[in-house]
Amino acid sequence: MAQETRELICINCPMGCPLTVTLEDGVVTSVSGNTCPRGDAYGRKEVTNPTRIVTTTVPVDGSATERMVSVKTALDIPKGKIFDVVRELSGVRAQAPVEIGDVVLANVAGTGVDVIATKRA
Amino acid sequence: MSAAIERRAIVVVGGGPAGLAAAIAAYEAGEHDVLILERDTQLGGILNQCIHNGFGLHTFKEELTGPEYAQRFIDRADELGIERRLGTMVLDISSERVVTTVSAANGIDRIQAGAVVLAMGCRERPRGALATPGYRPAGVYSAGTAQRLVNIEGQLPGREVVILGSGDIGLIMARRMTLEGAHVACVAEIMPYSGGLKRNIVQCLDDFGIPLLLSHTVVDVEGRDRVEAVTIAQVDERLKPIPGTEVRYPCDTLMLSVGLLPENELSREAGVELSPVTRGPVVDQSLQTSVAGIFACGNVLHVHDLVDFVSQEAAAAGTQAARYVMADAEEASASRGIPVAATDGVRYTVPSFIDPQRMDDTLTVRFRVANEFRDRYVSVYLDDERIQHRKKRVMAPGEMEQVVLKRADLLAREGLSQITVKLEEA
Repeated sequence: MAQETRELICINCPMGCPLTVTLEDGVVTSVSGNTCPRGDAYGRKEVTNPTRIVTTTVPVDGSATERMVSVKTALDIPKGKIFDVVRELSGVRAQAPVEIGDVVLANVAGTGVDVIATKRA
Repeated sequence: MSAAIERRAIVVVGGGPAGLAAAIAAYEAGEHDVLILERDTQLGGILNQCIHNGFGLHTFKEELTGPEYAQRFIDRADELGIERRLGTMVLDISSERVVTTVSAANGIDRIQAGAVVLAMGCRERPRGALATPGYRPAGVYSAGTAQRLVNIEGQLPGREVVILGSGDIGLIMARRMTLEGAHVACVAEIMPYSGGLKRNIVQCLDDFGIPLLLSHTVVDVEGRDRVEAVTIAQVDERLKPIPGTEVRYPCDTLMLSVGLLPENELSREAGVELSPVTRGPVVDQSLQTSVAGIFACGNVLHVHDLVDFVSQEAAAAGTQAARYVMADAEEASASRGIPVAATDGVRYTVPSFIDPQRMDDTLTVRFRVANEFRDRYVSVYLDDERIQHRKKRVMAPGEMEQVVLKRADLLAREGLSQITVKLEEA
């Protein structure tokens, strides 16, 4: 039986609790060091299925004020797909007018998650 | 004074997160004659270039990007019809609260304000303030300048990057440059701890395998026209480079994230007393400066790490400014209150004076610690009596802390002469 511990820092809030996650044969058996349930959930997820929101920019055409429009994945995506997301976005251009929440690229990198605008342009 | 001078109840200097929150709160407190002065062509301040997420966890219970967070406040200001003058820079504020502005549209204007809220934010510490050796070649950027180039202008400042300083903007830019196809060799931090938030170290460096070299600094910058390489060395406890530890990193870009300085030129001209520690105004429980009717909030007051706290603080300043102009000004500008001492690992507090008679039922006192501390207690003393004692597992200079004081506690103590916030081991 392979027991393993991983030290993490919880990123849910600025407290940054130092977490210790214990796994047995790849299954989380305990999380300690957290001060709230979010820390427990983060610890379990981070060692089994880490995810991230990706933020970047794409050029926008036809805007009087902006050259670039900032975008994000509408939900978090698997951490291992971060570069697939930005690669797929290279070459994508937005067309003004853009509202916050407008879909700039649907189902990015096969994640089922849309990339949406975070700024008006 | 000329008869034609414009009169406004509240003038807010700066239309970033602090100015917006202050103006909205002043309006909501009942003073509708509020004017925001902003030198940029749009509201939102630095949030416009902070495209990463993580803003608003406290305020909106969701993770917004900078532009989204700003838009919520801009929408609210629009809803209330709060007047703003964009492309308008404040040249001077007098101690009598005469605000002189300049704009391409109107030239020079003067406004007599009932109250002024300082919300000018901060600037990045420049390379000149660092004594890094070498020529002054192209390719040395402050992290915020690089952030503006990438996120607003759509330009990539370099392809092979070394970052000096582990402030949050530097960490954010390490990830940003990586996502744009550049290679970030390392982040060097002269202190034995990072100046940035933990979440940024995890998500901006660890996620991409970018090393954080603590107790390291840049000892040489090569290149005459463009940066060609930098040399990084380890430093000892006195922050002096240790000979023999040098490593040369060929690169075309050196980014600096070495601290932020509140931008207080206008405050100084107005005669506002500044703290040598925060470099921002010394304020009382109402966030009023040493000059009556001039209030301060956000990064011009002290550098924050979370915009949520900027918004909270600025709302308090706006509310107090509204009360000031709506009340009898004589009454409002009385004594300074009881001094708040920051000792034993606490570098400063905001506010630094509290008048219990004038404070609300509760008051948030924000502070920073001087070092990285584990398992220390944050204690509050009223003279010799300890009234708060709360254990914190980890505290670091990069993360602002706070205590909440109750008015009833302060009033209960007769002859109170000093409030102390300090760290204790037990």
